[in-house]
Amino acid sequence: MAYIIRRIILFVVTMATVSLITFSVFQVMPGDPIRIMLGTEADETQVETLKKQLGLDQPLHIQYMDWVKGLVTGDLGDSIRFSRPVTELLADRLPVTISLALITLIIVVIVAIPLGIFVAKRQNKLSDVVFSSVTQLGMAVPSFWLGMLLILYLGMNFSFFTISGYVPWTQSVVGALGALLLPALTIAIPQIAVKFRYVRNAILEQLRLDYVRTIRSKGITEKFVMYKHVLRNSMIPILTVFGLITAEVVAGTIIVEQVFSLPGIGQLLITSISYRDFPLVQGIVMYITFVVVFINFIVDILYSVLDPRIRLN
Amino acid sequence: MHSPQVKLESSANLQENMLLEVNGLKTYFQMEKGKVAKAVDNVSFSINKGETVALVGESGSGKSITSLSIMRLIPKPPGEIVEGSIFLEGKELLTLPEDEMANVRGNDIGMIFQEPMTSLDPVFTIGNQIVESLMRHQKIKKSEAYEKAIELLKIVGFSRAEVIINEYPHQLSGGMRQRVMIAIAMSNNPKLLIADEPTTALDVTVQAQILNLMMDMKKKYGSSILLITHDMGVVAEVADRVLVMYAGQIVEEALVKDLFLKTKHPYTKALLKTIPNIEVELHRLDSIPGTVPPAHLFPKGCRFAERCTYAMAKCHEEDPSLIENSPDHKVRCHLYEREGGM
Ligand SMILES: Nc1ncnc2c1ncn2[C@@H]1O[C@H](COP(=O)(O)OP(=O)(O)OP(=O)(O)O)[C@@H](O)[C@H]1O
Ligand SMILES: [Mg+2]
Repeated sequence: MAYIIRRIILFVVTMATVSLITFSVFQVMPGDPIRIMLGTEADETQVETLKKQLGLDQPLHIQYMDWVKGLVTGDLGDSIRFSRPVTELLADRLPVTISLALITLIIVVIVAIPLGIFVAKRQNKLSDVVFSSVTQLGMAVPSFWLGMLLILYLGMNFSFFTISGYVPWTQSVVGALGALLLPALTIAIPQIAVKFRYVRNAILEQLRLDYVRTIRSKGITEKFVMYKHVLRNSMIPILTVFGLITAEVVAGTIIVEQVFSLPGIGQLLITSISYRDFPLVQGIVMYITFVVVFINFIVDILYSVLDPRIRLN
Repeated sequence: MHSPQVKLESSANLQENMLLEVNGLKTYFQMEKGKVAKAVDNVSFSINKGETVALVGESGSGKSITSLSIMRLIPKPPGEIVEGSIFLEGKELLTLPEDEMANVRGNDIGMIFQEPMTSLDPVFTIGNQIVESLMRHQKIKKSEAYEKAIELLKIVGFSRAEVIINEYPHQLSGGMRQRVMIAIAMSNNPKLLIADEPTTALDVTVQAQILNLMMDMKKKYGSSILLITHDMGVVAEVADRVLVMYAGQIVEEALVKDLFLKTKHPYTKALLKTIPNIEVELHRLDSIPGTVPPAHLFPKGCRFAERCTYAMAKCHEEDPSLIENSPDHKVRCHLYEREGGM
């Protein structure tokens, strides 16, 4: 319990720090959003009025406090480009990106873990060479290219897949899957190629430990040694890796949403940056950091579930 | 009526009293560049029912590999039992299919290891790990198994067994964990308990407790014990018979009083000098100069020759064979080849 409270405090402190950094970065960034909004021809009174309207005439710490108050109450200001509340824009795009990230994550977990176990059980020179080449390949392939390959070979040949655009879940579950599966695979494949080795290594590491010998000395069969004890213990290091994967998957959606023209957060981010839509960029950055920090928080909580040494200390 | 094949199976059939018989055991490790580590090299011995046999020798002499070979828990690769036979009450273990061997482990043979701190699974409760062993070999319900586990914990000296059963290994001290290990090893009343340096990692004060507990368990269940140690003081206290191991071979085998009073092998003599002397505050008076050669670099001739103060020219050339002076006392040394010796 004390552990969980410590984690919650850490979570809040991290979010506060991140918000401060995000806010400061946008203060020192070149390019005046007012000028961009009004064009270079605007006169001083126009500029002053807008500044007042946006609260940009206030001292910095007041601006920051206002912004944080907004963050907490879900008011991130209005987008300059779209003239709509940032929260609304995010809410529109969020289902797309979250669906994509979740499907990707599920694919990575259900492929990388069994694959890692499979390889760990058949540990020999040949399979080591084969599988480390797979890893090299997975690391080298750029995701936009992999995405295009998938479109070319799967998307074009099977009507199930939508290769451009999005179908909401509420409209058609099959349609949504058809739109999200290929982009999810595009992010998942390189992740699997790299991360299954972590699973394999975690398992091999456990197999070398003394307690495994004790379990075998009790007459427990290999199936139980692997699936009851070794896998359960390996989940602790594997969890660390999957915490990282989640952040990488969220980052991965940004590029992949471009390739597959998915109207998600990634696409919104790129638009907002090119228009110097500061409130929107700030909002998205806060969203992405929130997701990453929140996932770390969840991972920390899961540690304590998996590992009694953490839970009971 | 007579079946000659029964006799061929094992000489254990001839000797009612024999529990374990190891014959010509060779366990080798494949190392890089084709080198072979002969960790256990032609080892033979037997253990009688109810007997405590000590296996002694310096670090690296092959004691653990011998015991793990009996359990067939040698990691393969790189290790492999390349030759020999191991009979448990006449049943050959080395040719047993893996699933039948798993029935022997933890049931007929229980084992305790040197490292109590790391020998238990950190993420399962003590209770879970004892119950797992009980339910693997006995047809009992989970609730029954838990009751039995509490009983076992009480036997090994936990007064708060009902609490301990729900605790995790990291919440217990080394001595407590070793007692849990004993409870696990004894959970199915094994015929043989193999204890690989069960007290080495523990405080001196706890060592005696653990040893006494093992001897109590032995009396209670009538099991035999193979006790691996390099502490000659412990040997003198608890063993009936002693096997002295050096560089993968047994160099001397004797009843405990003969080993101390009629010591033959120069290596055993040297080992006996290393008994900590209580009067000088547990200072090791003497340790044998040099170390056991690694198992892939055993010298030609007698493997102890280069460290032996009695070594003759012959010792560096010819491998001595195990000489049987009397049925109870065997020694592998050129000094005893002709009658008389030294
Ligand atoms: N995995 C391995 N690969 C190669 N050689 C090994 C391996 N395991 C053990 N050996 C060899 O077997 C020899 C005997 O090892 P063993 O663990 O049986 O010694 P021991 O008598 O139990 O020593 P200790 O008192 O330190 O426990 C070692 O010297 C080592 O050279
Ligand atoms: Mg050892």
